[in-house]
Amino acid sequence: MKVNGVQRAAPDDTRLLLSDHLRQELGLTGTHVGCEHGVCGCCTVLLDGAPVRSCLMLAVQAEGHDVTTIEGLARDGSALHPVQQAFHECHALQCGFCTPGFVMSVVGLLAQHPHPTEQEVDEGIAGNLCRCTGYASIRRAVTRAAELNSSPHVGKSGPKGRDGA
Amino acid sequence: MKPPPFAYHAPGSIDEACNLLSTLEDAKVLAGGQSLIPLLNFRLARPQHLIDINRIAGVDRIYERDGGVAVQALVRQAAVEDSDVVARVCPLLTDAIRLVAHRVIRNRGTVCGSIAHADPASELPAVLLALGGSVVAKSTRGERVIGAGALFAGVFETTLAPDEVLVEAWFPSSSKPYSVIEESRRHGDFALAGVVRASDRLALFGVAPTPVLADPRDPARGLEPSRDLEASPDFRLHLIRVLTEQAFAA
Repeated sequence: MKVNGVQRAAPDDTRLLLSDHLRQELGLTGTHVGCEHGVCGCCTVLLDGAPVRSCLMLAVQAEGHDVTTIEGLARDGSALHPVQQAFHECHALQCGFCTPGFVMSVVGLLAQHPHPTEQEVDEGIAGNLCRCTGYASIRRAVTRAAELNSSPHVGKSGPKGRDGA
Repeated sequence: MKPPPFAYHAPGSIDEACNLLSTLEDAKVLAGGQSLIPLLNFRLARPQHLIDINRIAGVDRIYERDGGVAVQALVRQAAVEDSDVVARVCPLLTDAIRLVAHRVIRNRGTVCGSIAHADPASELPAVLLALGGSVVAKSTRGERVIGAGALFAGVFETTLAPDEVLVEAWFPSSSKPYSVIEESRRHGDFALAGVVRASDRLALFGVAPTPVLADPRDPARGLEPSRDLEASPDFRLHLIRVLTEQAFAA
């Protein structure tokens, strides 16, 4: 399997969940594990570009597929991914535990709906739980991320001095 | 390690999957895994063998046949949600899919898996029943068609034999009026109760061990829904009456 563009061997143990493989074997601890039965959304990663729950997959099932984790969005200290940038600007995180899962879900949402309606935003993030209840800021961040995605030089509501690279 | 021990098999064809199912004791088919993997993680399911059908090519088609739409074993729910064919031939299915969990779950979960899992509170078995659809079951003994009315046997129980794999679900075209309405505590949760209307037919879910057909004029008759933390039996019966009224008012 490819994880963030790097070829990785599948685990020997077929019982290992993808979430545990990413964290324990590959050291990619940005993927968080909350409920481990698909409810909280913390462990969301991209599988061939579409968001999925990594706790509801066996790691061996990812063999031959592309996995993107939160670490794969902004690599090597390059500029933040537009969704990360938007979460930063809109203060869409408090304790941060749910954030990687939200960000990956929103990346998937914006790929499906580049300009989501309010209802599409709500439905797009409904599968992720934030125990700090920062949902209002998270909704704003989704809209902001859509702006950042659609234009690298958003002027009127964007912050000054952002390079947009 | 969350799941209990199992032997993992990844057959490359449906025939190979059937061979495994006919020779192995206590084997379970793994499709999207959005219900089975949680059950493994909780260790509520402890199959000796997992037969992962995700490596099988050519079983992920959606196509029209016999005045309806056929959905093969590995079609993800998200693909059905986005399908133009489904939207044109069976828009009731499109509407129902949007009530199944969340998009991230639907990216992985399959329609056939949801039907084979037969959760009493699940939307898709009730849609299949309301429309009078069917499934195709395959084994080394051959292929057979099972009508929705003869498929659901109990809670999480179907009439599929242990050596059979559900390879296709067929949904008849949904002619107007149709609707699917459910009540749940949170968006994407399993429904406390729900109704599917397909023309003059009514199917209920979440109120009996299986989805059931009901008389639209007296939908709650004979039902004995369960009690849990979320709803009392009386509340579920109330919901069925109200949701049926809404479905037939349209």
